[in-house]
Amino acid sequence: MSIASGTPHSEAGSGHDAGHEAELDPRHVHGHDAGHGSGAAHGTLKGYVIGFLLSVVLTAIPFWLVMARPLQDSQATMLIILVFAIVQIIVHMIYFLHLNTSSEGGWNMLALIFTMVLVVIALSGSMWVMYHMNTNMMPMSPQDMRNMP
Amino acid sequence: MSTHATDTLNAPPAQGFYLTSEHHPENGTMLGFWIYLMSDCLVFAVLFAMYAVLGRNYAAGPGPRALFELPTVLLNTSMLLLSSITYGFAMLEMARNRTGATLAWLAITGCFGAAFVGLELTEFAHFIHEGAGPQRSAFLSSFFTLVGTHGLHVTFGIIWLVTLMVQVTKHGLIPENRRRLSCLSLFWHFLDVVWIGVFTFVYLMGMLR
Repeated sequence: MSIASGTPHSEAGSGHDAGHEAELDPRHVHGHDAGHGSGAAHGTLKGYVIGFLLSVVLTAIPFWLVMARPLQDSQATMLIILVFAIVQIIVHMIYFLHLNTSSEGGWNMLALIFTMVLVVIALSGSMWVMYHMNTNMMPMSPQDMRNMP
Repeated sequence: MSTHATDTLNAPPAQGFYLTSEHHPENGTMLGFWIYLMSDCLVFAVLFAMYAVLGRNYAAGPGPRALFELPTVLLNTSMLLLSSITYGFAMLEMARNRTGATLAWLAITGCFGAAFVGLELTEFAHFIHEGAGPQRSAFLSSFFTLVGTHGLHVTFGIIWLVTLMVQVTKHGLIPENRRRLSCLSLFWHFLDVVWIGVFTFVYLMGMLR
């Protein structure tokens, strides 16, 4: 019975549950002697190489798009390189920073999501507000001045 | 009841669970360091926002097209990317308990990092020599602040890396040094992530204006 009781959470349980159970479980001997990092996941050679190759491709394409300009439309090019940057950031997070939903009992991911929300608010908010400030503040020509409310 | 217990014993996921899952935190250091990185992320977000707001105010000075040289930036980017994977190799050697190989990969990482900072400083010196220093326009002020802050982070990363190499040479791969190397690993890869934002948002998009 005691064996059965330990298992239901382990497979599909959230990271928080899993971390907690591992702490209680006497089978999980934790020590520093066997190449055991302090809580951080260490990747594999395969993971690092995949991450590196993906990053090389995801870096090379935007640079090629801007240096060779195969697309004449700069708006479209901007959008494409932005997408490449976001994908590459995600690749780095997964393969180099070893981020997943269960590291540190899910707190790493929670902190990241919270930070991303703040980053998006700060960036989009600044650009939005300042763009309107620029258009509303300074009449650039006598024509604009005459049309002022 | 007995069949249930046998099923559970035979089930492979129960065995595999402790091997495949994350290690549980032994103390709060890694989480704390992650929170620090997130706060650093906010610092960079504010600098990016400042660049987004001021980046087009050239004050009749040179703009991005006149200043930036993409081949240099590409070389810079590859230096940082290579340093990221060599740091990864150092972490893999650390997991295998090989002190010499860890130190060698750390040294290579430090060299790539130094090459990155050197190239960036050369670029900055070139700009300043052309009269495009941080005082020239709001665009250049925000550019130097954003890119300079990143470069300063890399510089401190290199100092930290050299310090840890001395520590590992003196004391070996003791638990404390493993923890410190794990923290620096996060820091180093995080700086590479920020650089993705810099080369996309500042350099590539600057050339498209």
